[in-house]
Amino acid sequence: MTEKSDLPQGTLDLLILKIVALGPVHGYAIAQRLQQVSRDVVQVPQGSLYPALHRLENRGLLTADWKDSETGREAKFYRLTRKGRAQLQTEAASWERLAEAIGLILRISEGGAE
Amino acid sequence: MSWWQRLWHRQQMEDQLEKELGFHIEKHSAELMRRGIEPEEARRLARLELGGPEQVKEHCRDVRGTRWVEDLLQDARYALRMLRKNPGFTTVALLTLALGTGATTVMFAVVDGVLLKPLPFPEASRLVGVNSRSNEWNTKAFGKENVAYPDLLDCERDSRSLDLAGALFNGGTMSEPGEPEYVDLREISADLFTVLGVKLAHGREFLPKEDRPGAGPVMILGYSFWERHFGGRDVIGTSVVLDEKRYTVVGIAPPKFELYGQEADVYTPLGQNTAAFLLGRSAHPVHVLGRLRAGATLAQAQGEIGLIGKHLAEQFADTNGHRDLEVEPLRPDVGEVRSTLWLLLGAVSLVLLIACVNVASLLLARAVSRERELAMRAALGASRYRLVRQCLTESAVLGIAGGAIGVSLALVGIEPFVKLWPGSLPRADEIHLDWRVLGFALGVSLLSGFFFGLAPALRAPFRELERVLRAGTRTLAGSSRRLHSGFVSSEIALAVVLLVSAGMLGRTLVRLSSLDPGLNVHNILVARMALSPAVLADSGRIAAAWEAVLDRARHVPGVQSIAAVDTVPMREGNNQLGYWTTPDLPEKSKQPLALATSVTPDYFKVMDIPLREGRFFTDEDQLNTQRVIVVDDFLAQQAFGHKNAIGERLWIPDMPCVQSKLGPNGTTVSALIDCTEPYLIVGVAGHVRHWGLASDDQADVRAQFYYPFAQVPAPFYLRRWSELMSIVVRTNVAPLSLLGPLRHELRGASNDQVLYEVHTMDELASESIALQRFLLVLFGIFAGVALLLSCIGIYGVLAYLTGQRVPEIGVRIALGASPASVMRQVFVQSLAMILTGVGCGLTGAVMAARVLGHTVNGMGPIEPLPVMLVIALLIGAALLASFVPARRASRIDPMTALRAE
Repeated sequence: MTEKSDLPQGTLDLLILKIVALGPVHGYAIAQRLQQVSRDVVQVPQGSLYPALHRLENRGLLTADWKDSETGREAKFYRLTRKGRAQLQTEAASWERLAEAIGLILRISEGGAE
Repeated sequence: MSWWQRLWHRQQMEDQLEKELGFHIEKHSAELMRRGIEPEEARRLARLELGGPEQVKEHCRDVRGTRWVEDLLQDARYALRMLRKNPGFTTVALLTLALGTGATTVMFAVVDGVLLKPLPFPEASRLVGVNSRSNEWNTKAFGKENVAYPDLLDCERDSRSLDLAGALFNGGTMSEPGEPEYVDLREISADLFTVLGVKLAHGREFLPKEDRPGAGPVMILGYSFWERHFGGRDVIGTSVVLDEKRYTVVGIAPPKFELYGQEADVYTPLGQNTAAFLLGRSAHPVHVLGRLRAGATLAQAQGEIGLIGKHLAEQFADTNGHRDLEVEPLRPDVGEVRSTLWLLLGAVSLVLLIACVNVASLLLARAVSRERELAMRAALGASRYRLVRQCLTESAVLGIAGGAIGVSLALVGIEPFVKLWPGSLPRADEIHLDWRVLGFALGVSLLSGFFFGLAPALRAPFRELERVLRAGTRTLAGSSRRLHSGFVSSEIALAVVLLVSAGMLGRTLVRLSSLDPGLNVHNILVARMALSPAVLADSGRIAAAWEAVLDRARHVPGVQSIAAVDTVPMREGNNQLGYWTTPDLPEKSKQPLALATSVTPDYFKVMDIPLREGRFFTDEDQLNTQRVIVVDDFLAQQAFGHKNAIGERLWIPDMPCVQSKLGPNGTTVSALIDCTEPYLIVGVAGHVRHWGLASDDQADVRAQFYYPFAQVPAPFYLRRWSELMSIVVRTNVAPLSLLGPLRHELRGASNDQVLYEVHTMDELASESIALQRFLLVLFGIFAGVALLLSCIGIYGVLAYLTGQRVPEIGVRIALGASPASVMRQVFVQSLAMILTGVGCGLTGAVMAARVLGHTVNGMGPIEPLPVMLVIALLIGAALLASFVPARRASRIDPMTALRAE
């Protein structure tokens, strides 16, 4: 089993926003989706998922409705707000820029710099 | 959801959180079960992976941002529960606090209304007053003087930063319509109302062209006078007669319009007054106020007016040479009330402080017995901050509850307080329990809550939890003993300050009441008298008119004797003149001053003023005879020492006289009254306490002399004097019962002579110490409350301390200590606290005595006897309060006590 890395600071919010952007979804589904898409590489402590969801909801990036789930039980489904969508875009863009920059640095061959 | 919604829908949020997490766990365990894990194990794993539902919930709650409010509410609920559980403690604490905050709130409401609130005009902060300052005695006596009318006109013309207006205090008899009545008159600049920014209730202001000599007489009526005299009818355009002159009413002033603290009856244009004193620059009768123009600053106005003053000084060296003009923000004129109010606020704060100390010691006693509870909570993970906050919340709840009761007490108490104020409290209309006062009360409640909660809160245990938890509560009592005694001692100290102050006031009042006023104040009626305006206009008739008034009054049944006088002792008004014993007079500021009073011959008989030497005036002292004066023994002593003053002369340059060279029409009068001629002293009378029983000893000018009214020269002076004269009547019956008959008898031929400002001499004498009496009553109440609270404090603390010592005392008794010795021990403990308090309190009392001495007229120095009396009272009461706990201690049954441990 490969060693799992901790999630870099501040990226949990970004991941949640991305997952919720795909369509209304409840907390458990988000947790599962997170696990699937990260292919068990990143460690997402379930305990910090709900406080993060509530924080995003309080900041007006997410909104939630109570709806019947696939099993017939009522569940809290999160949706992205307009503000949340804008936030997702800016954060995603800045993340990509950062990742690219770090990638560039890492690709510099040792001793190659003149 | 907004913060408020999150706070408000707390329960709903909790339910949803529970449901959401429940759903998660259910789904997860269902998933695990599908993989073949036992249901119980699946559920356990699901919980484990979530990280424990309770912890997750806590984190989610933190995210809401409403946590501190919820904690606060929880603490408050807990505090209320604790208060309900201890009704005895709660009642005492609440009553104590309610008394403290209630009294403080009343005093603050009064201070706020009278001293702090701005004047009730729009943009009052831009209003200024203009005064003049010179080297003459008026400036020395009052710190500033009003302004000469021509000086005002010059300022109005030259100032770029100020809109100015003037007002002259005056009075007159309104003979038409209705009953003749003496009215309070203000002669004002046309734009006065505009400058102040107020709109008339009806009609219009004066026009600039009406503010000039010779313009048509117009009048504005004061609102109250309009309602009282005209019944509020529409009288605009009708005419009234004031001092023989017919005016047209053009407006009604707004309701409650007060200028310099008084609501005048009528207003006329100042510019129409052509009296010589007003047109010259040597008299300074005009009150001047102004409003800063848009963009102008106070400093600009000060510089500008100061400069105009300097120019005037150069231009008119003889009248304005030593005179400066100055500008200051216009403030409510409340006179001597200011220091009295601050004094009372200070006294009331002491009461509040005692109340706080009292509650603090009660709370501390509880805190000690709750130490184990707090230690337990600390052991369970509560932070020190959290425990301190809880203690403070509890005391804040107590403070606010006490404050709320206090405010309701204040609501009831404020009106009687204002009514009780001796004389009339200036700006009493401004006193309300408004949001400012409520804010103050809330602040005081919270602050006192914080204050008395601090000591118990800081004792919240944090270290050595183990020791606290293991030890019984009782063994810990010793550590709080010093703090408790400290509380009791400081309460006693504060009470001593109040008690000594009250004692001194009481002593002062006794001393003042027994002072000889210098005259027999019983059965004397005093009233100002306005002669018929027709008579006043013709100076040749004035002397005869006075003669007739006195003659007619003498025949009213019940009148024993009657006299006329210009300034009455112990009433407002005086005339201070410089004098010298040789003809080479020094400059004005070096001349000693004396109170000059002009009287008719019977004055001394009416007032019963004793004659020390020589004679009083007679009907023979007339304009064409030697000018004579009677001095009081104070002046005689001051001017001549032990030498007999009879036959000596005084040079009094400012007496009503007519310099012969200035005689305008060469009449005989001008030849008769030569200002350089001295006055012959024919009699020495006893000193009369002109400034009132309380204030006379401290007065700057105490020397007195009397001169015959018959020697006041006509024409100008006699008229001016006649406008100031009062009659004094010695009666055989109750003085006020003669008012009706006298009024009727003195109406005059044209039915327009009136008596006004009626007093009895008894009343004036009693009013002259009314403030001292009032303060005594209040300080007495404060001191009583302080005494009571201190006794409650002593009782509470001793009961608590002896309660803590039950096992120890039990052991002592078991070992053979007698009940008497146990009692003695408790008393010694109590006496130690009391004496420490008395010692500190005496130091404070000496300072309080100094403040009182500065603030209250007639206060003597601190005297040992009253101080010893009140301290004996205090110690007695305090020991009485210790008696019950002491006796309880002496009756402890050793067996029960030891078994309880």
